[in-house]
Amino acid sequence: MALEAGRQAPDFSLGTTPDQRVSLRDFRGRNVVLAFYPADWSPVCSDQLPIYSELMPEFRKLGAEVLGISVDGVWCHLAFAKHRNLRFPLLSDFEPKGEVARTYDVYRKGEGVSERALFVIDREGMIRWSYVSPIGVNPGADGILEALEGLQPGRKR
Amino acid sequence: MSKLRPPLSSQDHFQGSVDAPIQLVEYGDYECPFCGRAHLILKAVRAAIGDDLLFAFRNFPLSQVHPHALRAAHAAEAAGLQDRFWPMHDLLFENQQFLEDEHLFRYAGLVGCDLDQFAEDIDSEEVAEKVRSDFLSGARSGVNGTPTFFINGGRYDGSWEAEVLLSVLQDLRGVRELR
Repeated sequence: MALEAGRQAPDFSLGTTPDQRVSLRDFRGRNVVLAFYPADWSPVCSDQLPIYSELMPEFRKLGAEVLGISVDGVWCHLAFAKHRNLRFPLLSDFEPKGEVARTYDVYRKGEGVSERALFVIDREGMIRWSYVSPIGVNPGADGILEALEGLQPGRKR
Repeated sequence: MSKLRPPLSSQDHFQGSVDAPIQLVEYGDYECPFCGRAHLILKAVRAAIGDDLLFAFRNFPLSQVHPHALRAAHAAEAAGLQDRFWPMHDLLFENQQFLEDEHLFRYAGLVGCDLDQFAEDIDSEEVAEKVRSDFLSGARSGVNGTPTFFINGGRYDGSWEAEVLLSVLQDLRGVRELR
């Protein structure tokens, strides 16, 4: 099963554009929403990611950045992000394929894509919440918002 | 199951009696073609069920995907300040291809808004805040696309084709009648 709350989030470094890489450790000091999804352009993903994009101001208020991640290549990501006007980076878990998804235990071997899985990672790089949605079901944002609110300074851990 | 948060209140636009046994809430986007289709279905379903149904609409504009959606939502809320929300809501859904400002102002005139007041309200902080607060309530309630429906406070994930939705709602009415 997907890595659970209470574990250190495995670091990774993945391409987000043809000449840019993003590492999880770059975000130390910020909360991170890591959203694994099966594929650019699929109908469910095309609804899911724009909602996160629309919520960026709220996520920022909660001290969080959003990273989308799928096995698609960077050029595919670029076209998808542009078409949907996404306001957060899409990471390409492309070579070796699905390696990061495997590390987080959310890779679907048969299909060669990742689960539709969400991780909320805190400022110290600890997984604080994770959720795997049925692959055809858009999980929305309510779980993420709740998890992030639980991480706000002054809240009891 | 995802729950409607906050529940319906006087802040909401609704049609029907607050005592109606069936409450149907839609989160929608005026530029979303699926919502446009749902609009027609809902009209038929509401006509069929009648007084037992309360229908409410909350804004969920996906403005990054639908460039006119946010402005159209502001237009509906601005008309709402003059008690013309529902006729404006209908015109917007019936004319989804035409949501430029010139159209929005024409619709406002058609539904009987004072246009100077409308012009002021459509750009007001009050209207922007209402739409934003609808959107956030949707995000917190587990809205995962448009349209998303809540029936008696719980997210409805089934089909909203007319015959399916009608039978789901009629079953709820049946429950009450049996009591």
